[in-house]
Amino acid sequence: MKQLLAFLRKEFLHIFRDYRTMIILFGMPIAQLLIFGFVISNEIRDANIAILDYSKDYQTQKIKEKILSSGYFILTVDLKAENEIDAVLKAGKAKLVLVFEHDFARKLEKTGKAELQIIADASDPNSAEILSNYTRAIVNNYMIGINNGLTTKTVVFTEPRMQFNPGLKSVFMFVPGTMALILLLISAMMTSITIAREKEMGTMEVLLISPLRPTQIIIGKVVPYFLLSFINAIVILALGFFVFGLPMRGNLLLLISESMLFILMSLSLGILISTVSKNQQVAMFISMFALLLPTMLLSGFIFPIENMPLALQYLSYLMPPRFFIVIIKNIMLKGTGIMFVWKETLIILGFTIVFLIASVRKFKQRLE
Amino acid sequence: MKALEVSHIYKTYNDITALKDVSFNVAEGELFGLIGPDGAGKTSLIRIIITLLLADSGEIHLLGKDVVKEYKYLRSRIGYMPGRFSLYSDLTVLENLNFFATVFGTSIEANYNLIKNIYSQIEMFKDRKAGDLSGGMKQKLGLSCALIHKPEVLFLDEPTTGVDAVSRKEFWEMLQELKQKGITIIVSTPYMDEAEMCDRVALLQKGEIMSIDTPQNIINEFSEELIEIKTPDLYEVKEKLRLEFGKNSAFMFGQSIHFSTSSKSKSKELLNEFFEENNFNIESVNIIEPNIEDCFIKLMTKDS
Repeated sequence: MKQLLAFLRKEFLHIFRDYRTMIILFGMPIAQLLIFGFVISNEIRDANIAILDYSKDYQTQKIKEKILSSGYFILTVDLKAENEIDAVLKAGKAKLVLVFEHDFARKLEKTGKAELQIIADASDPNSAEILSNYTRAIVNNYMIGINNGLTTKTVVFTEPRMQFNPGLKSVFMFVPGTMALILLLISAMMTSITIAREKEMGTMEVLLISPLRPTQIIIGKVVPYFLLSFINAIVILALGFFVFGLPMRGNLLLLISESMLFILMSLSLGILISTVSKNQQVAMFISMFALLLPTMLLSGFIFPIENMPLALQYLSYLMPPRFFIVIIKNIMLKGTGIMFVWKETLIILGFTIVFLIASVRKFKQRLE
Repeated sequence: MKALEVSHIYKTYNDITALKDVSFNVAEGELFGLIGPDGAGKTSLIRIIITLLLADSGEIHLLGKDVVKEYKYLRSRIGYMPGRFSLYSDLTVLENLNFFATVFGTSIEANYNLIKNIYSQIEMFKDRKAGDLSGGMKQKLGLSCALIHKPEVLFLDEPTTGVDAVSRKEFWEMLQELKQKGITIIVSTPYMDEAEMCDRVALLQKGEIMSIDTPQNIINEFSEELIEIKTPDLYEVKEKLRLEFGKNSAFMFGQSIHFSTSSKSKSKELLNEFFEENNFNIESVNIIEPNIEDCFIKLMTKDS
């Protein structure tokens, strides 16, 4: 125990004396999250839209005014017929086309229902999604105003259609993805580098000769980085919540425990990487390229898993972040409890155990 | 009792033979030197003995225990100082020493006596980072860390490489003191002049032991007359001598040439005649006593 404490003390000294590591450890997550966050969720202003109004009555007039005065949209073309829609979108003159049906105001007053079609250029799926959501929000807002004080509710059916990319299924959720990515990278990279550094500097020889057991060395390496990564996780969650307005619908404690499990998994992976890498460069290379790219591409972070070829879908099952992203989304956005994420939790636990056992077994008692 | 028994050790890395049928014994309390040039296999041999590497074949008993089977028992009884500086350069002198003391289950106070003479020389820098120490001080710190748990056998892999001449001399004096305290010391070095400080030495060349004996006996085996030649034209004279008397007859030795041939008698007269014939500019020709380096060169070139 005394030996382990001495080892932990040494590890913390290494970390706190190396300001570059500290910068990577705490600067990178914040920078990445802010970059990802703002680049991807950047609000769209002054988007070009076209309107096809078959009705041209006082209701459509009011809705149009609301939309155009919102600051998000600029009317570029007033369309006359349905067959012009495609051309306008193809030419890039409008990112969004609004179609009001015939007799809009009359239908709304008589039946309480009217239809507004939103056709978006989804070759850029993110902005298409955002623009369509803006439009619907404005229309809904307007309807709430009308309905105020009325007994019969009137509804405008907004019917979005994603032109060019009908398969746009998942809402882009960058915070869960970034969190999984950062925790995995930081934890795995830091532990693998710190063990590889002992090998490179020759201190591993002396550690091996010492009575320290492999488990003690591994625990000594994991604990400090576990604490640091945990602080990181909290920072990322706080940024997501306060800066990006991500909802926190589920149990915070559950989310934190799941994050701790994921961190532990990443750390064990880092140790496994270090047992096969000779020096810091190799460890870094494996962590960066073997973890970063597959995580970005295959975990559902950027590209929806459902849209991947079957082979890649199966491959994505090997990506632990995939499951963690599901867990975060479920807890934060849907507010579900452990009942809905126990499967994913077990899978991450399984990964952790496999990585840990493999690292202890692969941890060499001797040099090669 | 033998502290170390090495018998018939072979080791290859891929296709390269690092050690070939290496056998020797070290007695308890002995200061034993492994002397050989870079790449002779010194580091591999030490690593195999201290349980860090596995040999391809052969057996080693250290302190009476098999190094493969009982590595756990042995590891806490060995002091080891690797060739490269292998302490934590971002930790201070005191932090390093404390760390190794605790990891080996002891404290600085408990064994302070053993390291007092060495550590007291660097104690004034105890709050300096180990990476900022000079080469000689690094060696002293390394030795302190290797000794802090009072090992029964101490292994030093090229401890004086990259250390200035004064520090080297001091370092060997420290080893002599440790020997007085009953610690068996096995030290490797590429510097042949250091062989004379050891009780016994093994001369290692290309993974094979060429000779094991006390330094004096190795020198005594040098049966030929050794002649030192001083001349401004070192290179030219050496080449001419080699042409005339064979390529193993003459070697550069600092600012002079050491010459010997197997035709035992009157080599000095022979040489003077040769120099006169060729009109060389020779300053002096003297018969001298061979040192360990001459013997080593002789042994090294015997087969080639």
